[in-house]
Amino acid sequence: MNDLFFARSQMGMSLAFHIIFAVIGMAMPLLMAVSEGCYLRTKKPIFLELSKRWAAGTTILFAVGAVSGTVLSFELGLLWPKFMQYAGGIIGMPFSLEGFAFFTEAIFLGIYLYGWNRVPPVLHWLAGIVVAVSGVLSAVFVVLANSWMNAPAGFDVVNGQPTNIDPIAAMLNPASLHETIHMVLAAYVATAFLTAGIHAFFLLRDPQNTFHRASCSIALVVACISIPLQMLSGDFAAREVAKLQPPKLAAMEAHYQTGTGVPLVIGGIPNDDTGKVSYALQIPYGLSMLVGYNPQTKVVGLEDFPRDQWPNVPLVHWSFDIMVGAGSAMLAVAAWVAWGWWRTRRLPDNKWLLRALVCCSPLGFIAVETGWFVTELGRQPWIIYGFMRTRDAVTPMPGLIVPFTTFTTVYLLLAVIVIFLLRRQFMETRPHWIKRETFKKEPV
Amino acid sequence: MLGTLLAAVILAALVLYALMGGADYGGGIWDLLASGPRAQRQRHAIVEAIAPIWEANHVWLVLVIVLLFTGFPRAFSAIMIALHIPITVMLIGIVLRGSAFVFRKYDSTDDAVQRRWSTVFGIASFFTPFFQGLTMGALTTGDIRFLGDRVTTGFFAGWLTPFALTCGFFALALFAFLAATFMTVETQAEPDLQQDFRLRALWAEAALIPLATVVFITSKYGAPFMYQGLTNWWAPVLLGWTALSAITATLALWFRKFYLARIAAVAQVTFVLLGWGLAQFPHLVTPDVTIQNAAAPESTLKLLLVALGAGAVVLLPSLLYLFQIFKRQEQR
Repeated sequence: MNDLFFARSQMGMSLAFHIIFAVIGMAMPLLMAVSEGCYLRTKKPIFLELSKRWAAGTTILFAVGAVSGTVLSFELGLLWPKFMQYAGGIIGMPFSLEGFAFFTEAIFLGIYLYGWNRVPPVLHWLAGIVVAVSGVLSAVFVVLANSWMNAPAGFDVVNGQPTNIDPIAAMLNPASLHETIHMVLAAYVATAFLTAGIHAFFLLRDPQNTFHRASCSIALVVACISIPLQMLSGDFAAREVAKLQPPKLAAMEAHYQTGTGVPLVIGGIPNDDTGKVSYALQIPYGLSMLVGYNPQTKVVGLEDFPRDQWPNVPLVHWSFDIMVGAGSAMLAVAAWVAWGWWRTRRLPDNKWLLRALVCCSPLGFIAVETGWFVTELGRQPWIIYGFMRTRDAVTPMPGLIVPFTTFTTVYLLLAVIVIFLLRRQFMETRPHWIKRETFKKEPV
Repeated sequence: MLGTLLAAVILAALVLYALMGGADYGGGIWDLLASGPRAQRQRHAIVEAIAPIWEANHVWLVLVIVLLFTGFPRAFSAIMIALHIPITVMLIGIVLRGSAFVFRKYDSTDDAVQRRWSTVFGIASFFTPFFQGLTMGALTTGDIRFLGDRVTTGFFAGWLTPFALTCGFFALALFAFLAATFMTVETQAEPDLQQDFRLRALWAEAALIPLATVVFITSKYGAPFMYQGLTNWWAPVLLGWTALSAITATLALWFRKFYLARIAAVAQVTFVLLGWGLAQFPHLVTPDVTIQNAAAPESTLKLLLVALGAGAVVLLPSLLYLFQIFKRQEQR
């Protein structure tokens, strides 16, 4: 275990930590805005209470997201100075734009969270909309920078130095569209299922609670709209990856031998030396169908690439399967919800459905994390795909185990405290007065 | 030319960070040092003043960093290698401060729990600006050297010098002064609290004078390039303005003209950083990394400046709106 290993671990850990808060910070404002919109229309206090309580939780998460995001902007240079020296002028643009988007988000979040009694209701609601929109823009800009690392564009290399730099072309690289769509939808899916799951948990204990019923309904509307779209965007993304980064796709599918009529390999234990996957579930012609809609589509396998350009196949393959599995489970539950809703015109009371929702609550975040494992581990050994290897970008600083251990400890502590505080926030201020009100109309 | 323009924008963002984010650190310092019969109320007033705006204030730092790595990638890379250690410590401070602040707000109102978060918040508010000042000072020392793109002076050069350490203390005192002065305006409605912060502002200003002198003296050997810069023709002018704003701030605090004190404090901090920037010019890391040799290609700089212009159109009115909402009752 050398400094490169610890640099990668620190970066990975920081990103994995930050993304949870970033995702919630970007999707919760939408839920809050929907709820507050319902309040403005119906004037039912339950919706106002709901927006306020969601906002209180979001404050904590947003703060941790802001500071851990600041750490990341420094870590780009602290850990990968040679990458930043090479790429700063090319992809600094989306980062700068992200800076502005984040600024707007922080300003209007301040207004939203602390301005309940200081600005007129409609303006307050609009501030929430601005937060939701600028949150999405922040995410889009950051992902644009990442997509460039996967599909570099907008520069020429002369004598090992990037020249003829076109930052716009770099931003609008071939991977930008599918990566940004997939990430934005992922944020809505993950946050909506988490929120729905939490409120479903309380509904199971107290089925008549109209507050949790309203919360669960709003979250489920977002969840049921975003998950099918997310599955479609995932399908689109996979075919783009097949074109842009064939070794990544091959690793995702644990696909070693180039050929036609390729089966889809699910699970199993890939073996790089033999090129075989043991104990896997195989769907004949599956991969060929997915990549080219034709059982005879040729799919390039890992064997066509030098061994030192392979990513870690088992990790990428398992991460990919976990992500797809989580997505499929959420899609199934969403279909169940939609079916019940369509039949009874209200959120179904079925205990088993509520239990399924509780089980689904962490799945969106598991999919977000494993999805990023696929993107980032699948890009290895490159930091800029095809141009710069990760090992050539790392800082000459020795002893990187120290900052890695420090940040890991700090983040673990923060995670424990955040969970504790959110839990308390939730239990203590349960507004029993809301139960008295009958809640007839669904929010949509 | 474009590089110089961008460097000026970065300096401006840094000044704004010092004025807004810096004051938040100062708030944390006074939170930790809260004392006397009104300690509880002092802390409460600080929290009330910071809570709605600290996230926005903090983003100035992010903006400085992204502008630095977009516009001057070579300088960013060099700084992050040579000053890895103090910057990492500063980052931990940023994480602890931000989290402790929001945790305190949402944790139990029990006094012991509140004190615990308060302590974390306060301590982090102490060492974060200290390491920020130290990092800025280290860039100026001239001790960090490069051969091509390789740092030749290791990971401890510059920031352990007396000059850099004094810069750290100077930043601390400057932010403490700024925060206390701002708080005198925020506590209009509570004269006893206002008096507390007035005294604190005066004490901080009193500490700044000897610290500024030490910075100047240590710079002769500790930061020779800056010392030369400070003996240029413009230096007496700038020094005069800094001194004038410091005297104005002190007198205004003394005679309880708190709005005037706030303006003078803002001017004082601005002039200090402006002086640092001018003395540093055209170096980013003295003496090997300059605006010229670290700048990104023209196409990037142009686009970046256009984006900055467009961004400012959205940002500045929003920021004014934010401050107007939360700071308006004091302008009665």
